[in-house]
Amino acid sequence: MLTGTLVSGLGLGSMYGLVALGFHITFAVSGTVNFAQGSAVTLGAVLGYAFGVQLGWPMPLAAAAALAGCALLGLAVERLLVRPFVARGSDAWLLATVAGGIILDNVLLFTFGKEPRSLPSPLVSAPVQILGAGIYPLQLLIPVVGIAAAVAIRAVFRGTELGRVLLAVAQNAEAARLMGIDVARTVACAFALSAVLAGAAGLLIAPLFSVSAEMGALFGIKAFAVAILGGIGSATGVVLAGLLYGLVEAGVTATLGSGATQIVVFSVIILALALRPNGLLGRAAVNKV
Amino acid sequence: MPHRLTAARSLTRRLAFGALLAGFASLGPVKAAEPVRIGLVTALSGQSAKSGEAISRGIGLAIEEINRNGGVLGRPLELVARDDEANPSKGVLAARELIQRAGVVALIGGLDTPVSMAIVPIANQMKVPFVGPWAAGTGITRNGAADNYVFRVSAVDALVDEAIVAYAVKTYGAKKPGAILVNNAWGESNQQGLVAALKAAGLPSAGIEKYEANDIDMVPQLSRLREAGADALFLVGNVGPSAQVVKSLDRMGWAVPVISHWGPAGGRFDELAGPSAARVHFVQTFTFAGNDSPKAKAVLDALKTKYPAIKSMADVTPAVGIANAYDATHLIALAIQAAGATEGPKVRDGFYKVPAYAGLIKTYEAPFAPDRHDALKPDDYIFASFRNGEIVAVSK
Repeated sequence: MLTGTLVSGLGLGSMYGLVALGFHITFAVSGTVNFAQGSAVTLGAVLGYAFGVQLGWPMPLAAAAALAGCALLGLAVERLLVRPFVARGSDAWLLATVAGGIILDNVLLFTFGKEPRSLPSPLVSAPVQILGAGIYPLQLLIPVVGIAAAVAIRAVFRGTELGRVLLAVAQNAEAARLMGIDVARTVACAFALSAVLAGAAGLLIAPLFSVSAEMGALFGIKAFAVAILGGIGSATGVVLAGLLYGLVEAGVTATLGSGATQIVVFSVIILALALRPNGLLGRAAVNKV
Repeated sequence: MPHRLTAARSLTRRLAFGALLAGFASLGPVKAAEPVRIGLVTALSGQSAKSGEAISRGIGLAIEEINRNGGVLGRPLELVARDDEANPSKGVLAARELIQRAGVVALIGGLDTPVSMAIVPIANQMKVPFVGPWAAGTGITRNGAADNYVFRVSAVDALVDEAIVAYAVKTYGAKKPGAILVNNAWGESNQQGLVAALKAAGLPSAGIEKYEANDIDMVPQLSRLREAGADALFLVGNVGPSAQVVKSLDRMGWAVPVISHWGPAGGRFDELAGPSAARVHFVQTFTFAGNDSPKAKAVLDALKTKYPAIKSMADVTPAVGIANAYDATHLIALAIQAAGATEGPKVRDGFYKVPAYAGLIKTYEAPFAPDRHDALKPDDYIFASFRNGEIVAVSK
């Protein structure tokens, strides 16, 4: 039972971490976030189903196409729902991205339908027995992908030209522009990458669960809680918080029953933020006057 | 928001439905007399639309047959339908409007238990019989009213729980069953029913576990039941989470018999749960597949003629909706005939006077009595499972 709980918690936790990394990236580069992240999770899974099952494409191609669709969504969100408001110095992008998510959810509801469908995968066809617990190979793959994504993003930020550009924009957009960096394109890239991470989470979780037009909503909310908990400015903090969240959630379900899960988990989050207001690995913002 | 966006669609559907009804109301040979109207309140749009469609088709076919044989009291029977969008307050509005403005003699419908529960007090106050062809909530017919106008031709939670306990004992020799139920009002209603049914059968329980409708992994709850020594499992939940329970059982490698309420019948259970879907035996009141009664064959043929959209067995799901509504409509007509009048109290007493009716589900002998408002009993339920995408009876 312990092994099962651990695997289940790490798997779900790294999903939250992936989606929360998306919040981190756009926040780090532009100070804005895409609250339609939950809908990007749904879109990744729904497009994966449409391409891989309905159109019968090979799964790697279907997954790549689904992620491309998510990238387009990220670009559209930035161009239509964030940039016009930021340009006017308004915080209305906050509500605009929430509204965009609701619109996308309902469009998916009409096109995909309310009935949950199954996304088959050879990685969930037969469980392997590990320490007395039946585990699907996909459940082992999910944390690997989650942690790999965090490491890769850290490496990009620290060690590549693109990373230096992103950091430059994050630190001082005006100065970056003067240095010849295309700030608008950089921010758009961050939004696209953010939606791709959420879509990947949707694609990975779908074979374990089912594809439905409502699958991403709760994910988006939990991932935002995870981003805040980890310290939204820290990639490592966000992924760590995701894994912790998943483990606490699975642990509470196993010991106290699922009726208590949300109550206990969100109480723990409030407590953690009371003790560390900037998140686990976050730093307090410095206000220069 | 979903409601806003569905409004236009549901309006079109309502118009289309109205046109359809107007079409078949004029088909019958009895045309001259003022029609006797019955009102349908059910979900015709949204998530339950397919079930609402099944109910509508069952009623439509029954009314066509009744009118072909002279109608009721020498007048044609006519249906007036309203969409409740699975929303109790819309159901209440529709029920009032049908009684007060359309002047219906009886109401049929209430697909969701909460909608039915909201219509019950109106039917009792306004003294208009209300017949449920779907919702299983125990309190709908057993509503405690001194003057009860609510009848049902469907499963009843309390009786389903008795039936699944009896099935576990008879089929699997269960000695210590456990239960895993969805954490909502439906699960709660069945928790009470299961506790009572196990007590009546003199069986100890291995425990009753709950899960949330969006849980992905039920292994923790199921592990506790296995450790408690459960030798059979009762399952209550809609199609999605029921499939997750089966997947969790697969991963645990636990081959325990699973006996379920009718949740799995509400969608693509075999696709979601995979090959192990067949291990779940669930309650139904009726199936077309594997049913060789001449009446079932005749009704299926008549449905195909009347609704050209029906091409295969997959298009007559949920069969329980069609069959319950078909029998309920015939029973309403017989009650009006037995009453010899259309006033609510007389029609209500007419239900008690219906002598016998050879229906689709069974032959009803005195189906209703003042202390028995449910026409179907536990021994009328059948157990079914999914075979190649179809719901097939496994035993009676």
